[in-house]
Amino acid sequence: MTPSAIIKLRFIAFTEKARLKIVVTVKQIPDPNATLKLTSDNRLARDGEVVLDPGDEYGVEAALRIKEAADEAEVVLVSMGPAKAADAIRKGLSMGADRAIHISDDGLAGADALTTAQVLTAAIKGESPDLVVCGCESTDGSTGMVPPMIAELLGFPQLTFAKQVEVSGSKVTIQRQTDVGYDVVEADTPALITVTAGVGEPRYASLKGIMAARSKEVKKVGLGDLGVTRGKPAEEVLEVVEAEKRQAGEVIEDDGNAVEKIVALLAKVKAV
Amino acid sequence: MAKIWVFAELAEAKVAPIVLELLAKARDLGGEVEAVALGKGASAAAETLGKHGTKKVYACDDEVFDQYVAQPATDTLEALVKSGSPDLLLFGFTYDSREVAGRLSARLGVGQVSNCLDVEAEGGGFVAKVPYFGGAKIASLKLNNQPAIVLIRPKSFEAKEVGGTAEVEKVTATVGADSKRAHLKERIAEKGEKVKLEDATIIVSGGRGMQGPENFPLLEELADALGGAVGASRAVVDAGWVPYSMQVGQTGKSVRPSVYIAAGISGAMQHTVGMKGSKVIIAINKDAEAPILKMADLGVVGDALKIVPKLTEAVKAKKKQ
Ligand SMILES: Cc1cc2nc3c(=O)[nH]c(=O)nc-3n(C[C@H](O)[C@H](O)[C@H](O)COP(=O)(O)OP(=O)(O)OC[C@H]3O[C@@H](n4cnc5c(N)ncnc54)[C@H](O)[C@@H]3O)c2cc1C
Ligand SMILES: Nc1ncnc2c1ncn2[C@@H]1O[C@H](COP(=O)(O)O)[C@@H](O)[C@H]1O
Repeated sequence: MTPSAIIKLRFIAFTEKARLKIVVTVKQIPDPNATLKLTSDNRLARDGEVVLDPGDEYGVEAALRIKEAADEAEVVLVSMGPAKAADAIRKGLSMGADRAIHISDDGLAGADALTTAQVLTAAIKGESPDLVVCGCESTDGSTGMVPPMIAELLGFPQLTFAKQVEVSGSKVTIQRQTDVGYDVVEADTPALITVTAGVGEPRYASLKGIMAARSKEVKKVGLGDLGVTRGKPAEEVLEVVEAEKRQAGEVIEDDGNAVEKIVALLAKVKAV
Repeated sequence: MAKIWVFAELAEAKVAPIVLELLAKARDLGGEVEAVALGKGASAAAETLGKHGTKKVYACDDEVFDQYVAQPATDTLEALVKSGSPDLLLFGFTYDSREVAGRLSARLGVGQVSNCLDVEAEGGGFVAKVPYFGGAKIASLKLNNQPAIVLIRPKSFEAKEVGGTAEVEKVTATVGADSKRAHLKERIAEKGEKVKLEDATIIVSGGRGMQGPENFPLLEELADALGGAVGASRAVVDAGWVPYSMQVGQTGKSVRPSVYIAAGISGAMQHTVGMKGSKVIIAINKDAEAPILKMADLGVVGDALKIVPKLTEAVKAKKKQ
């Protein structure tokens, strides 16, 4: 068996329904390799270089693999973010997603996790998906709160930290990563899953994919279209300060005595 | 007096270590400290929770919480919160607690602050401290809702037994008709850990400077000699040299051992945020400019591949003395 065939077996899909609909939430984030800045109101500046969150590339990849194993499936990207998020969406479309919804509204600046989840949920509801795929946690926020919130607001079960996903009929089974191995978790669709890097290397966009993405539909929507009004923010940034730094200790060149020095320190703290 | 609830996550029917850390913080905040324990071992957990300063435990031993992910716990917590009205609800920033906290906060419509390093009582409310930019900066976020829901990173506080007993209030599982959905069918253990990373008092961690997975046994031998565990940077986890469970840092584990030895790790913020609480840090790096050397108690500029095996021999010799 070729390696790709083995990978595909993870996503065996026999759907009774004619079409499996998969929504993937994708977030554009400031390029993690660039220098990050704050805005005047202490939020992460989102006007520099942006990329598709690497965690969400795994989400797109997982969805595409499920689609490839299914009789018929559609992969819809949903993203909330400023105009620039269009670049991240294009990347997902170039990888092979079918179309996208881009929620952009000036009234969403500095949205907290709950607002984000409410807005994404409103857009997802309009699609009535069988599966929602998210990253475990965003690379810039690392809060991991948006997916369980969306699952709650949609009334979906959540199957999280999946390193392997299998869709068979109306059943989704995942291997949930744990410290000692994994848990097998199963639910009927519709369901929400979050994926880890374990689902497989995200594919590169081919030239053909990039060309095709140009004509794929990206529907732009605002808060009004979704019928969502923004509530009071759950939190308020009071201040941002430099983290305390540890004092540097002694730095020595390894001239043959380094081991002795390390052992002496270990002995001092009673580690040996 | 503020009413503070700690979500007492249970792992294999025992109180998860993070819970005792949260209780230490809850006591410091000076409120009325109570806990909620759901699932197998909940009532029995009251003894440990009491010793760590909990006055009252709402316990439900129903195994529905162990069989179905997040939803039954959310339903039951919602009912408890509505009748008990806590001011602050503390969760660990762990895989299992995150799932429940996220759903509950959406259910109650109150939001939350996640991935926190600390929480303080201020002006009748609560202010959470959150790392920004991989830990280079710390933001103070004021929570606007009741209950204030805060998720705290493991190893942010030191657990401490203070003695005492908790009153146990048995509660019934309130589980919605549609909440038995994500079914936990099986737990597979692929390997037995010798010493758990987060419990280890000595950690030997390796980064890309170890050159390849074939050199990680050098770190294992040193860790074995010291009775510790092996950790890793994300670069080597991403490269597939070692499993994710060994990753230390922002997107991995937070650790606080008495000794942390970093071999061939550059010391990026996202790594150090997970280990800078260690009592003693020893770093071995061949680049004298590596950031890890600027935060180590003892920094050695040299080749880890040569130094680590020698160190293992020296430790073994010293232990024999
Ligand atoms: C959102 C985000 C989250 C992240 N989360 C984490 C996280 O949780 N944990 C984490 O670790 N990283 C995390 N990172 C990655 C982090 O930024 C660094 O890229 C990573 O920690 C680097 O790993 P490293 O030190 O092993 O590799 P490198 O940066 O490549 O460093 C290797 C070091 O080894 C030294 N070296 C080389 N050869 C030798 C030798 N023979 N002997 C001694 N020294 C040698 C080099 O001088 C160098 O300093 C995250 C990044 C982002 C953007
Ligand atoms: N603004 C957003 N637009 C689309 N998806 C998002 C957004 N914010 C969060 N998500 C999704 O939720 C996951 C976890 O993000 P977080 O909860 O912010 O750590 C991400 O990997 C995305 O899949």
